[in-house]
Amino acid sequence: MEKMTEEQVKSIANMLRKRSLWMIHYCTGCGAMELPPTMTSRYDMERFGLAPYVTSRQADILLITGYLNVKTLRRVITVYEQMLDPKYVIGFGSCTLNGGVYWDSYAVIKQLDRYIPADLYIAGCMPRPEAVISAFRHLMELIDSGKADGYKRYKRNLAYYKENQRKVLG
Amino acid sequence: MVKMILIAIVAPLLAFSIGLSFMMIKRKVVARIQRRYGPTIIQPIFDIMKLLLKEDNISHGVIFSLGPIIAIAGSILSVFFIPIAGLNMLTGSGDLIALLYIMAIGSLGMALGAGDSANPNASIGISRALTLMFGYDLPLVIIVISVALQYHTTDLSAIVAAQANGHWALWSLPLSAIVGFVVTYGALGEHPFDIITAPHEVATGPMVEYGGKHLGFLMINHAFHLYVEIALFVDLFLGGASNIFIFYIKMFAVFFIMMMFDEVLPRFKIDDAVRFFWKWPTVVALISLIIVLVK
Ligand code: SF4
Repeated sequence: MEKMTEEQVKSIANMLRKRSLWMIHYCTGCGAMELPPTMTSRYDMERFGLAPYVTSRQADILLITGYLNVKTLRRVITVYEQMLDPKYVIGFGSCTLNGGVYWDSYAVIKQLDRYIPADLYIAGCMPRPEAVISAFRHLMELIDSGKADGYKRYKRNLAYYKENQRKVLG
Repeated sequence: MVKMILIAIVAPLLAFSIGLSFMMIKRKVVARIQRRYGPTIIQPIFDIMKLLLKEDNISHGVIFSLGPIIAIAGSILSVFFIPIAGLNMLTGSGDLIALLYIMAIGSLGMALGAGDSANPNASIGISRALTLMFGYDLPLVIIVISVALQYHTTDLSAIVAAQANGHWALWSLPLSAIVGFVVTYGALGEHPFDIITAPHEVATGPMVEYGGKHLGFLMINHAFHLYVEIALFVDLFLGGASNIFIFYIKMFAVFFIMMMFDEVLPRFKIDDAVRFFWKWPTVVALISLIIVLVK
């Protein structure tokens, strides 16, 4: 039997990883309201191997559901850093993209990507469960092709992220 | 000798696959009860593989990493003490009483490991787990005594042999069998006894700091745990089985009834759970013991 290359091992690992994604949803904003129907019988995201989990150590996906104010950002960063690699971040709702309706608020973070690396955004205010599930499917494709590398980017550009975090958190 | 080694390899594998198959079926059945479609049937395999493939594995100390391994070791050891379908490995050298002690190793290993993480949720989870064990062990010991008195032996394989040809302990000791069911159910930590892991209260309790490989090992341990508890019940009250298929069917029947309860009940508080165990199951078990003594 010829030896498997590292690439092949990685692709098999990714294939397994995408079939089982556990998420921790830190319900920062109003968008969290769309998650119960996504999890329960109406849309049933367990069909795809997705499940809600409660602690950062167990989770693979960090779901930022909506606006993040400066106070919660600190906690989100802690949670993100506690999670185990490989980990993925999904920005959920327009607020994580550009501030959404809070575009001129003094207390709200406008762009999630400046503080922790997001792999994917879901636009909409608030996104419907269909959009959430299609985002998860898209994330699975990204994982399969090895493009969901937010956690590597975070390690590589740690100075940049820390600098930005310091600016708002002081 | 060769046969012994072969059995030593086959028995844990068999136990693991039976436990795993229960975990698979459970996910699907639970989904159907909740009117969902449910995950693919092999979802638990994906979960375990994913956890074992995690790149980071944070440890909070040696005991923290050893905890899951002690738990698995305890579970595998108890597998050897439970006779299945003519395969009785160590049952000759140890008996029911020894098995009761060995079965506690799993919980204790978990408690040791989780305690090392120094997370308050984990500590609460452990104290709940040990308190609950305290609760269900009392009726468990009483029914084990009554079964032992009924068959005049504490050798599990002799108890199974005595129940051959349909003379199940379920018929001769119906009260004990009911208590045994409740106790097994409590030991599995299903609703309403899922106080230990209660995600909404203590964030999965002892498992709170476990992730990656360690959590994968704990899931593997769960498969063994399911097998051990239910197999013990089948051996004690449903007369074991002469071949593995009948054994599986009996275990599955027990597990299926448990799943039905699991999905419709809410959760006890810890003091209510202990009060429950020390009230009804204990009283019924004592009545059953008196009946055996008088007979
Ligand atoms: S995007 Fe809309 S729904 Fe989501 S947090 Fe912002 S305001 Fe709320």
